[in-house]
Amino acid sequence: MAYPEQCEICPVNRGSKLVKLGETSDSTDYVIALAGNPNVGKSTVFNNLTGLRQHTGNWPGKTVTRAEGAFSYDGSNYKVVDLPGTYSLMSTSTDEEVARDFILFGRPDVAVVVMDATRLERNLNLVLQVLEITDKAVVCVNLVDEAERKGITIDDRSLARELGVPVVLTAARIGRGIPELLRSIRDVATGALVCKPRRGWTEDKKVKSALDELVALIGPEYPGLPNVRWVALRLLEGDQRIIDAIRSGELKSLALRGEHGEEVISRGKE
Amino acid sequence: MSQNVQAKAESIITRARGLRWQVGEAFHDRAIEALYEEATHIAGRSVTISGERPRFNFDRTLDRLLTSRWTGFPIMVLLLAAVFWITIELANIPSKMIAGLLLDTVHPALKEFGTWIQMPSWLSGLLFDGMYLAAAWVISVMLPPMAIFFPMFTLLEDFGYLPRVAFNLDFLFRKAGAHGKQALTMVMGYGCNAAGVVAARIIDSPRERLIAIITNNFSICNGRWPTQILIATIFIGALAPPQLAGVVSALAVVSVVLIGVFFMFMVSWGLSRTVLRGEGSTFSLELPPYRPPRILQTLYTSVIDRTLIVLWRAVVWAVPAGALIWLVSNIHIGGRSIAEIVVGGLDPVGMLIGLNGVILLAYIIAIPANEIVIPTVLMLTVLVAKMTGVGGGSGVMFELDSAEATASVLQAGGWTVLTGVNLMLFSLLHNPCSTTIYTIYKETGSAKWTTVATLLPVVLGLVVCFLVAQVWRMVG
Repeated sequence: MAYPEQCEICPVNRGSKLVKLGETSDSTDYVIALAGNPNVGKSTVFNNLTGLRQHTGNWPGKTVTRAEGAFSYDGSNYKVVDLPGTYSLMSTSTDEEVARDFILFGRPDVAVVVMDATRLERNLNLVLQVLEITDKAVVCVNLVDEAERKGITIDDRSLARELGVPVVLTAARIGRGIPELLRSIRDVATGALVCKPRRGWTEDKKVKSALDELVALIGPEYPGLPNVRWVALRLLEGDQRIIDAIRSGELKSLALRGEHGEEVISRGKE
Repeated sequence: MSQNVQAKAESIITRARGLRWQVGEAFHDRAIEALYEEATHIAGRSVTISGERPRFNFDRTLDRLLTSRWTGFPIMVLLLAAVFWITIELANIPSKMIAGLLLDTVHPALKEFGTWIQMPSWLSGLLFDGMYLAAAWVISVMLPPMAIFFPMFTLLEDFGYLPRVAFNLDFLFRKAGAHGKQALTMVMGYGCNAAGVVAARIIDSPRERLIAIITNNFSICNGRWPTQILIATIFIGALAPPQLAGVVSALAVVSVVLIGVFFMFMVSWGLSRTVLRGEGSTFSLELPPYRPPRILQTLYTSVIDRTLIVLWRAVVWAVPAGALIWLVSNIHIGGRSIAEIVVGGLDPVGMLIGLNGVILLAYIIAIPANEIVIPTVLMLTVLVAKMTGVGGGSGVMFELDSAEATASVLQAGGWTVLTGVNLMLFSLLHNPCSTTIYTIYKETGSAKWTTVATLLPVVLGLVVCFLVAQVWRMVG
């Protein structure tokens, strides 16, 4: 390419494959969820993709509701959902539940997990949990500029090999790495690239057979429910909220919506 | 749910309980442990940290200063005062220019145009003296301070200062039985109370969240900053020698902010000792690294997104309010206009609490948007004092292109320093705007708590203003 990579996402460049659509698009081909720990720059990545100016600020907990935007890339329309930051899929605060429910039951086509390059190890906890429940994920290691200043280098290829999903290094504040991120999102969304996410930590033999038994019990009872395996895992851990959701029928209604092909989040114009 | 489905659900739960015994009680802990091990393993393979650590750690040094027990608070107050001082010193110049254009040049031209196309005088009055002037007034009063204040505030936010404020205030909130993260919702409230109320979602415990929601109104919002700044300049700054006026006005605004923080603590404390009893829960707050703020981007977003959106909202409300004010001051019943009758009726109550009927009426008209309080006050003051030489008759806002001119109008309307002080206090302590009230209802889902959050500040405001007025009159 003759021009620097930043030009690829510049709205002025007519040759660019990216068209930032702002808030609305007429039809959506793929839904992208942006998840990650608090204050890793999810909203900055979101703004970079959609051309929107969602409020960003340097403190954890700034985004508490779901923001939606859209862009078109290489001929397909994408809807992007910016989620509140969350440390874990097991947490219970209202803002973190918004994120968890969407990743679990919102059926995003691609889950983009944004990480802080300077705190990779801690951020990996959430990444591993997300990989546990979805086959289509892209890991975006953000803030690499900050990491470089601190003398931290991330080996993206080794990380991608370990995790089994594409890993992109970005510095969203200055637009670095966004073109690669877009390419990876497209490849995973279209199925051109098939992920083999790492699922090491629940591969205990005893656990696995118990999980399989529960999945076999729950699956037929709740046809259309995404992430049955996750529900089974939580049940096995004795999570009271999941037990309540089964009793109250909340889980049933989620499953029914899935069965009728309805989306928890609508794809078209709202 | 049918019985069959219910039975099936129960059987799944029972089976899960049985399996839990098989995999062992500590399964959850083991899973978490495995997760952490895995993360450490992967990070160890893909992260390299160069051996040379920089000798001078900028973040840590700065944090020692900004979050220290001794220097943290003074620096916070100084920063706040500096921001207001810069706003007050700079805002007057563009304010004069805008007023000169919109009020002195465009308004007479519009009136002339009306006469030229032989518009009936009531229509030209309603359109140009009511609606247009209200909007023009809001723009000239609000735009300059906002365009200066917001970017500075956003730069501090971008830099990473807000979590440090939360860190400094944490122990106070804990003592009040509230959540330390309430400091963050408080700071959000300085932008917009509705946003501050939504931000309370970061607090897990419903009890502490409710406290944060109810007390958020003690943060002065966008719509109230211009009132504070203008009144401080006119009444408090004028008491000081001219070269110190700016600093003194800035300190007056800071004092009101601190009084707001004080009330936030006292009310939180009161609530957590009575109706919302409980201990503050612990939490971990990450102090993010300091990041060099992106100056140009911040200027762009805070001017375009924040300033213009707030201004637009103010104009949208000012136009119908302008029409309403023009109507109530031009429809006469028994020789007196409706506005005069209402103001006359409210005056005794107003005087008792060190305000006046005009201010009370203005606050009623301005329930939808706090932004239009000052223009409404000025319009009504001119009308009731029947001033000649300013403006062009009843219901007309006038050409006031500087703070001094505004001061002379208010003094002619019978305002004293006490009125100014109490207006600043009442602007801090009164009901939230309609948008915030609606947001509180949506977030809490409770009419009861919405009512509490709405009425509590007004009652406090009335009591505080009354007490200040009594003490003031006794001493003076």
